Amino acid sequence: MTRRRGRTPWWQPLVVLVALIGLWYAAAASYARQELAFLVPYPHLVLRAMVADPTFTPQLLRNLGNSTVVALTGLVIAIAIGVAWAVLMAQARWIERSLYPYAVILQCIPILALVPLIGALFGYEFASRVIVTVMISIFPMVSNTLFGLQSVDRAQRELFALQGASTWTVLTKLRFPAALPSLFVGLRTAAGLSVIGAIVGDQFFQRGTPGLGVLIQVSTSRLNGPGTFAAILTASLLGVAVFLLFGWLRTLVVGRWSDAA
Amino acid sequence: MPVAPSAAAPTAAVTTSLLEFSDVEMTFPDGTVALRGVDLTVGRGEFVTVVGPSGCGKSTLLRIASGLEHASAGTATLRTDRIGYVFQDATLLPWRSVKANVELLAELNGVGRAERARKAAAAIELVGLGGFERHLPKQLSGGMRMRASLARSLTLDPELFLFDEPFGALDEITRERLNDELLRLFVQRQFAGLFITHSVSEAVYLSTKVVVMSGRPGGIVRTFDVPFPLPRDPDIRFTAEFADLVGHVSHALREGHA
Repeated sequence: MTRRRGRTPWWQPLVVLVALIGLWYAAAASYARQELAFLVPYPHLVLRAMVADPTFTPQLLRNLGNSTVVALTGLVIAIAIGVAWAVLMAQARWIERSLYPYAVILQCIPILALVPLIGALFGYEFASRVIVTVMISIFPMVSNTLFGLQSVDRAQRELFALQGASTWTVLTKLRFPAALPSLFVGLRTAAGLSVIGAIVGDQFFQRGTPGLGVLIQVSTSRLNGPGTFAAILTASLLGVAVFLLFGWLRTLVVGRWSDAA
Repeated sequence: MPVAPSAAAPTAAVTTSLLEFSDVEMTFPDGTVALRGVDLTVGRGEFVTVVGPSGCGKSTLLRIASGLEHASAGTATLRTDRIGYVFQDATLLPWRSVKANVELLAELNGVGRAERARKAAAAIELVGLGGFERHLPKQLSGGMRMRASLARSLTLDPELFLFDEPFGALDEITRERLNDELLRLFVQRQFAGLFITHSVSEAVYLSTKVVVMSGRPGGIVRTFDVPFPLPRDPDIRFTAEFADLVGHVSHALREGHA
C-alpha cells in the first residue's frame, strides 16, 4: 500500500479524540459505580478544574507559570552551554575526543540518583529545579549542534580556505549557519525534555515557587481526581506547546532553505 | 628569404606563464604516490585541459596549483594571487540567495558593500543569471547552480582559473551550452585556464592544449596542441579534424591507462 504524503485531513485525529473521550467516559462511569471516582474522574469535571474552578484554576495557572519559567530558564542555559560546548569541540579533533565522553556520561547519569545531592547542595527551590532541567535537556543540544557543525563538506570549507578566511569567519559565515537545521532538531528535543525536567524537579524540590509537578502530587494525595488530571493534562499541553513553538521557530529560521524536515 | 623577427612569433611563445610546475611529485602520508615528474606551464591566454583516468591525480594537480596542498617534491610556481577555483559541485551556501552567494568571495576579501554588489551584478549578468538574484540555490537547476558558482569566481577577476570537473554532473545539453559560455568568457577575458575533465571531446573543444595523464602514479603521457581558432564555432565538434584529434587523445589516454 502506498501512503500519500501531505497534510493529514483535520478530521482524522478528531475522530480519534472523540473515541478516546468516549472511552474515558465509559471508564469514569465504571469507576464511579465502584465509588472510586477520584481515580478516573469524568472529562467535564477535569475540564472544569482546568478552566472554570474558582478555587483550583488560579492555582493551576500559577503553577503552570512557575513550571514554564523553570523549563525556559533551564532550556536557555542548556542551549547556551550546549552550543558553546559543541562549538568548542568542533574546533579540533583532540578537543572533541577529550570532551565528548563527558556529554555522553552526563546523558547516562540517572538524574534521579543525583537529585538528593542537588537538593542538599543547592537547596530545594528554583535553582535546583533549573539544574535538573539543564542536565536533562543539554545532551541533544550538544550532540545535534556538533553534528551540524561537522556537516559542512570539504569543498565548502576549501572555498573559504582559498580566500584565507579566519577560523572565526568560517564559524560565523559557514559552519554555524550550516549547523542551524540540525541545531533546531536538538532544540526541539531539548525543549520537550526541559518540560519533563521542570516537572521531575518539582517531585523532589517542593519549596519556593511550586510548579505543576507539585500540584500533581498535592492533588493526588488529597484524592482530588479532577485536579490531578487537570494538572497532568496541563503539563502535557505545555510540552506540546513548547514542541510546536520550536517547530514553528525552525520553519521561520531555516525552513526557507533547508530541506530537512 | 628574411628571417621573421621574433616579435612575429606565435603568441604562445610570448605568453607569460602564470602557473609553472617543475618535476612536481605528490606522495600522500599513507605512501601512495599520486603524481610523479609533472612539468606543466599555463600562461595568459592559454586554456589547458587535463584528461586522465579516475584517480590519476588530476584533482591533486589542481589542489597543488591553488595552494590547497603542497607538492612533496619539485616546485609549483604561481605568478598571480587572483585565482578562481571552480569545484566539482557548485558549493553554493544554501541559505544565501544567488546574489549573496556570488558576493561571498568579495565579502571574505573585505570588499565594501557597494563594490561587492556591483561586481556581483556584473558577474551574474555575464553568466546569464539575470533575474535570478533573489533565488535560493535549491530553486535552481544544476546548470544554473554551476553558473552561479562560475559567477562567484568571476567576481575575483581571476588571472588564473582552475576548474575541477565542473560540468561532470550535468546533462549533455547543459554541459555543451556551458562549454560555449566558458569559451566566450575565455576569449573575452584571456585568463589562464587549467581545466580537469573526464570527457575527451569537452577537453578538445575547450582548450588550446590538452594534457593526457596516466594512471597512478599520475604523470603526463602526451600533450596535444589544439589548432582550432578562437572563438570556436560549436559546429566544429562535427568536423573530421575535430574527430581526428579526439581520436588521438583517446588513444593516448588508453595507452597511458594500460
